[in-house]
Amino acid sequence: MHFAAALALQSGASIRDYDLSFETYGQLNAARSNAVLVCHALNASHHVAGVYAGQDRSEGWWDTMIGPGKSVDTDRFFVIGVNNLGSCFGSTGPMHVNPDTGHVYGADFPVVTVEDWVDAQARLLDALGIETLAAVMGGSLGGMQALAWALQYPQRVRHAVVVASAPNLTAENIAFNEVARRAIVTDPDFHGGNFYAQGVVPKRGLRIARMIGHITYLSDDVMNEKFGRQLRHAVLGAGAGDYKYSTQDVEFQIESYLRYQGDKFAEYFDANTYLLITRALDYFDPARAFGGDLSQALARATAKFLLVSFCTDWRFAPARSREIVKALLDNRRDLSYAEIDAPHGHDAFLLDDPRYLGVVRSYFDSIGRELEGAP
Amino acid sequence: MSDALTMEALARLVPVGSRVLDLGCGDGAMLDHLQRTRACTGYGIEIDDANVLACVQRGVNVIQLNLDEGLALFGDQSFDVVLQIDTLQHLRNAETMLRETARVGRIGIVAFPNFAHWPNRLSVLLGRMPVTRRLPYQWYDTPNIRVGTLADFDALARKNGLLIQDAFGLEQGRVLRWMPNARASTAVFVFTR
Repeated sequence: MHFAAALALQSGASIRDYDLSFETYGQLNAARSNAVLVCHALNASHHVAGVYAGQDRSEGWWDTMIGPGKSVDTDRFFVIGVNNLGSCFGSTGPMHVNPDTGHVYGADFPVVTVEDWVDAQARLLDALGIETLAAVMGGSLGGMQALAWALQYPQRVRHAVVVASAPNLTAENIAFNEVARRAIVTDPDFHGGNFYAQGVVPKRGLRIARMIGHITYLSDDVMNEKFGRQLRHAVLGAGAGDYKYSTQDVEFQIESYLRYQGDKFAEYFDANTYLLITRALDYFDPARAFGGDLSQALARATAKFLLVSFCTDWRFAPARSREIVKALLDNRRDLSYAEIDAPHGHDAFLLDDPRYLGVVRSYFDSIGRELEGAP
Repeated sequence: MSDALTMEALARLVPVGSRVLDLGCGDGAMLDHLQRTRACTGYGIEIDDANVLACVQRGVNVIQLNLDEGLALFGDQSFDVVLQIDTLQHLRNAETMLRETARVGRIGIVAFPNFAHWPNRLSVLLGRMPVTRRLPYQWYDTPNIRVGTLADFDALARKNGLLIQDAFGLEQGRVLRWMPNARASTAVFVFTR
């Protein structure tokens, strides 16, 4: 959908004549009360559920969660997935032409924040004729958007579902983001962010950024269980398990896995988008305007909340979700909080743990009952 | 201890319209009951996945926490009532949690199996740990790591400077005030700081 009017951004800049890609699933009811907005994290898109006809492996990124008969039941709810500004899956991003200059944005794409994304999403809902959301939901960075929704548009959100998220990033989290950004920015193919004109892609930087990210999404236990100290050539059946005594070849299976993930990512993801989205993560901090007092910051939120965290998630640890729980408790808001003992680390929010999916299903059942009971 | 009479007997102790924190809320039945019949609001605390799910299913606010980690999430006197119904006997830090209950709630209500109930005494007198409807476990697999009596709790509450507002026994939903320590399978205390 095209938006001609300028959107004022938190930085003071603005963006005009931009597009937002979105998908919807299910039917909006007559009262327009059953809409659920799904917010994506770093590398996902508006394609949250289902498959594209004739395309293998085209499941939406939250297909375990969302669909007919699933936890977020699209037979009951009207689900909207939207690709954020600055991303690289159809919405206007750094690879598109800046209408002010006639040149590709590249490094000049304005810095966007979680709050800016929420404003852009709100405009999309306006255009779709949806005033109130039954729920806004997201995991990780998507959870931050769900939280921001409850703060920026409290009257438009009945429920916020915040999964594996945090009220801001820790220094360690920012540090990981910075390593990833430096990998990209120092790739000679990056050209200060204006690599499009050079016909190259800073794939080396993207690969390394993805490898680092991937390590932080998994838990030590899962990595050990999945890969342990397995040797690559032994897995391929090519040897009796002797070391190659090489410093640069792939030796261990985990190396092969990370390289594969890095290669795959570098094929489809945009380098400037990676910088923009990790920066949006870094900047998110609703308590900042309140001297660090999250309880004060969340006083504006009137939505009911479901929060979920995963015990082995060290990137967005349960303690961070509990900070949000505490701030909501201080404001006497309705909330439920589940801490799922899943082994998969941060990635667990995308996987099909029955306890996790069961809690979300029950929560959406109660939202559904509320909608049906509402006058 | 989920039978309706017992639940009602405990619910009557909760003032109408109270903001309630239910420690070890199980499947949320008590909070649900208090919300529907006594216009209460509040949250349950549970550690068990299946119980958390049951609470969400009922539409009862639930927070998944291990009570042995304390009640740091909750401010002083931030609830009208804090319930510990059949919870105390599972806690490692039962005494700390008792103080925490009195810190967080204006009124604390504790109910737990009374080990001095006469069938239990008889059983021990005969040389065996009791296995009853109220304490249905063998000694080697019981989840009840704290066994105490009405008289024991009374002493613990006094040691911690708590003011006991009411104490009685419950037997099959009936309130027993005469010799409750021998006659009742459940001990109930209402206290304040």
